[in-house]
Amino acid sequence: MLQTLQETVSRLSSLDRDVLAIAWLSLRVSLTAVGIGLALGIPLGAFLAVTAFPGRGALVGLFNAFMGLPPVIVGLVLYLVLSRSGPLGSFGLLFTPGAMVAAQAVLATPLVAALTRQVVADAEAHLGEQLRSLGLSAPRRARALIHDTRFSLVTTALASFGRAISEIGAVLVVGGNIDGHTRTMTTAISLETQKGDLSLALALGLVLIGIVIAVNAVAALLRGHAARAYG
Amino acid sequence: MPSLRCEDLVLRLNGATILDGLNAAIPATGITALIGPNGAGKSATLRVIDGLMAPTSGRVRIVSDGPVRRAFVFQRPALVRASAFANVALALVPLKLSRAAREARARDALARVGLGDRAGAPATRLSGGEQQRLALARAWAVEPDLLLADEPTANLDPAATELVEALIAEMAAGGTKVVLVSHNLGQVMRLAADVFVLAKGRAVEHGPTRTLLLSPQMPETRAYLSGELPWTSFAAAS
Repeated sequence: MLQTLQETVSRLSSLDRDVLAIAWLSLRVSLTAVGIGLALGIPLGAFLAVTAFPGRGALVGLFNAFMGLPPVIVGLVLYLVLSRSGPLGSFGLLFTPGAMVAAQAVLATPLVAALTRQVVADAEAHLGEQLRSLGLSAPRRARALIHDTRFSLVTTALASFGRAISEIGAVLVVGGNIDGHTRTMTTAISLETQKGDLSLALALGLVLIGIVIAVNAVAALLRGHAARAYG
Repeated sequence: MPSLRCEDLVLRLNGATILDGLNAAIPATGITALIGPNGAGKSATLRVIDGLMAPTSGRVRIVSDGPVRRAFVFQRPALVRASAFANVALALVPLKLSRAAREARARDALARVGLGDRAGAPATRLSGGEQQRLALARAWAVEPDLLLADEPTANLDPAATELVEALIAEMAAGGTKVVLVSHNLGQVMRLAADVFVLAKGRAVEHGPTRTLLLSPQMPETRAYLSGELPWTSFAAAS
């Protein structure tokens, strides 16, 4: 146990190249997936909050349910879609970082949409009548409400980043955990633990926790600063 | 200026009757006040006129030479978390003006309400009186033919109330038809040319402000006015 900890500290202090490469890939994949999730989920959630149409309730319920979508199921479905015989097999994405981004984006988007809908619906209860009285169209009202709730939406972004960076099932299935190519922190931790390289697993775990804390801290600082400036 | 005719307006919400066959011919000029006890249907009438609520039956007929541009000022100003300038500019989006024209109009409206030097200030950081003046600037910027104001000074101190009243009077003098909901009878006396008294979802009395307030004819009007707090006797006692 003591030896493992010593090795962990040694790997961290020497900035082991393997650790850095894995951490960088994880960060790249998750941030890209979250970016896609935000780009799709925020307008979708805001639109659901400001409009009324038949089936809207069912759609909202579906997105709420998909917040808890099991990553391994998402991985499996994407595996079938991206495999050579699947409908998108010709793109050759399976076992690439691109497939991992797609899998995490599928996980992040409904989470972002559902949380955005809730945040924007709360703001709509306060501002909606005024925005409607100004004669603004539904997309313009949605845009104004997204702007109004932008500080709360930072939390939505953080929640989706947390979901993406910490999941293992989807990236394992569609990425294949290939050394130097599609190995992320979560898949590497799992593998190294099974192999018995506990110091590497622990070092990766600490880096993962550090990244999550750092991203949250930066977001909290930005949010606090902006909220103080704009109320 | 547009004249308004509310014809047999009925509004039912969640089983409750809010408007119960309201009829009102609102004159085309000046400031018209709607007064009456809480729950009489004053705010609902404004919302139906603005199209924010669809009546269960009946209709609002707006008689005007051309399209009527409307603006609504609420009791609590609903402002987006952005600068004062951005809040006014947002109201101009539907007008499809050029960016330069939009900015000029927004700055002009802010200057008119005395907030010209606060254009860059976050709207939610302004005082209550400044926020309501900002809401009026937003209304003013669209150059409305019809301004609907729902208790615009209910949350303001006397000094801020005076400023807002002056702005509403100026808009009316500039040709905007104003329909004002207020519980402040002094304000109604100062601003309105004519008054409708609403009770239980109906308009029960209408007349010139001074005549109606000093010589009410209908029992509902007398009951409402007799409930007005006797501020003169408080003043005399102090």
